[in-house]
Amino acid sequence: MSEPILSLRGVNKSFGPVHVLHDIDFTVRAGEVTALVGDNGAGKSTLVKCIAGIHPVDSGEILFDGKPVHIHGPRDAAALGIEVVYQDLALADNLDVVQNMFLGRERLSGFLLDEAEMELAARRTLASLSVRTVKSVRTPVSSLSGGQRQTVAIAKAVLWDSKVVLLDEPTAALGVAQTRQVLDLVRRLAEQGLGVVLISHNMNDVLEVSDRIATLYLGRMAAELPTRELNHSQVVELITAGRSGDLGLARPDVVTI
Amino acid sequence: MKATAEAPEAELAPQAVPRRSGVRRALDAIGVQNVSLLIALVALVALIGSKHSEFFLLSNIEVIGTAIAVMGLLAIVETVVILLGGLDISVGSAAGLGSVVSAMVFTHSGATLGILAALGVGLLAGLVNGVVIVYGRVNPVVATLATLAAYKGVAQLVSNGRAQGYTGTDAAFVFIARGAIAGIPTLIWILAIVALIAHLVLRYTDLGRNIYAIGGNDTAARLAGININRYILAVYAIAGVVATLAGVLITARTGSGQPVSGSEGLELQAVTAAALGGCALQGGRGTIAGTMLAVIMLGVLDNGIILFGVNPFWQNVARGALLVIAVVIMQLRSGERRVGMPT
Repeated sequence: MSEPILSLRGVNKSFGPVHVLHDIDFTVRAGEVTALVGDNGAGKSTLVKCIAGIHPVDSGEILFDGKPVHIHGPRDAAALGIEVVYQDLALADNLDVVQNMFLGRERLSGFLLDEAEMELAARRTLASLSVRTVKSVRTPVSSLSGGQRQTVAIAKAVLWDSKVVLLDEPTAALGVAQTRQVLDLVRRLAEQGLGVVLISHNMNDVLEVSDRIATLYLGRMAAELPTRELNHSQVVELITAGRSGDLGLARPDVVTI
Repeated sequence: MKATAEAPEAELAPQAVPRRSGVRRALDAIGVQNVSLLIALVALVALIGSKHSEFFLLSNIEVIGTAIAVMGLLAIVETVVILLGGLDISVGSAAGLGSVVSAMVFTHSGATLGILAALGVGLLAGLVNGVVIVYGRVNPVVATLATLAAYKGVAQLVSNGRAQGYTGTDAAFVFIARGAIAGIPTLIWILAIVALIAHLVLRYTDLGRNIYAIGGNDTAARLAGININRYILAVYAIAGVVATLAGVLITARTGSGQPVSGSEGLELQAVTAAALGGCALQGGRGTIAGTMLAVIMLGVLDNGIILFGVNPFWQNVARGALLVIAVVIMQLRSGERRVGMPT
């Protein structure tokens, strides 16, 4: 088991009177895919947004590389090497692949855009991820398929020498073959030594691709276990009831939001 | 970069150099959209020139060039605003306000201060647009429709609805209106310089790239850390400044500050030129080169209407028709959703 790259200790988050996250402990390890699962409203997206700096945490600490850090905004998270691939495919249709990968962080030489340098870096990143589906990095994103777009979004996250990549339902809108491509890509990210967090509703994807599964139940971390120690029905029980046999929360029946 | 360590460099090298033929490169530089504009322009020139050879006189070409200067300036900033995903229909009124202010301040304190005061008022007017849109969360069309009326009203209020000042004897204004550098009229120089700056910023800087990104997908731009509000404020402020610069040109050409008569309807022409030049009104698509071609085409069309002795009131009909045609072509090309049921 590798060292934790990102750890959350006792993180709480409320929106007004709604206590969304209760004393969450969560660990991301380099070179592993950690799946984050839970029913709708369990707090998956809120947890991701807390890590990404979009929502500040109310209490608890975040350790990055063993050192406590404070993340106050998306820029802080990016500076640490935390990148998020959002569910809604945050790409601009009118721009090409290179332009999208460098969106908001263009490389310049003097005052001018360094197009050649950016194109080369984009090619390198795609090649390092063994991406063969994107033919030309100067293709407008609007003409790519859903899987290709998701590939570009993920490659964009890797481009920045990132250490942790959070993927929010990367396969939700994809067909079978495209899901395959993206899952392969997720696996390759971990093989390259990145800490990968995969949020998904698809149990088959989760069981296949992840090394550990963290289950949220009504804002609490019900269980965080190696995937090989779990089977499909146990994960589903943990998601829906917060408990499965002797796994999960001690008294899920008294848990409230 | 860790991710690149094992990238096979040899495989990348040949790809890194784009292999394009000369024709393909030329097409890329001009843009496919602009080629159709060029063809339309050539056809229009051929049609007019075949009947009226005086069209090709240098003096007539200078007339066209100076006539499009005011509208061209507005079309350039309108292009930038549309690229950002907005629309500014107050530019015509802002130009009128700039014209009046430049003439009135000129009468008291001279040409330099007059021009600077006009540009300052333009900055303010543009910022008001931006603030209403960003912080009032008002749709840009509604916001600038409101200021279209308001700025026209302000221009009429400060001038009492009359032409202001007489700049026809001032050296600076005369130089703007009728002067020339290296044989080319000052008005054309001003238009060309503003167009060149806009083109370079949009094409070769991160500012321009981010403007395209915001117009294409503002959510993606925000998640990428681009401060969208700052861009909207800045672009509308620049639109205001350039609109009042166009107002200064109106003052120079007419010899006095015109609250309404020189600038009314310019916003329609500016939007028409931008749309005709290939700007998608949803934002994110379009070029300065395309807009400038459209501006020249509109100038040639106006000139042709006069040469053929057609009732000049047809000009507005022609412009309106062109705007509709341009948008129809754009929608058909992009396959975007149309109003009503798809057929």
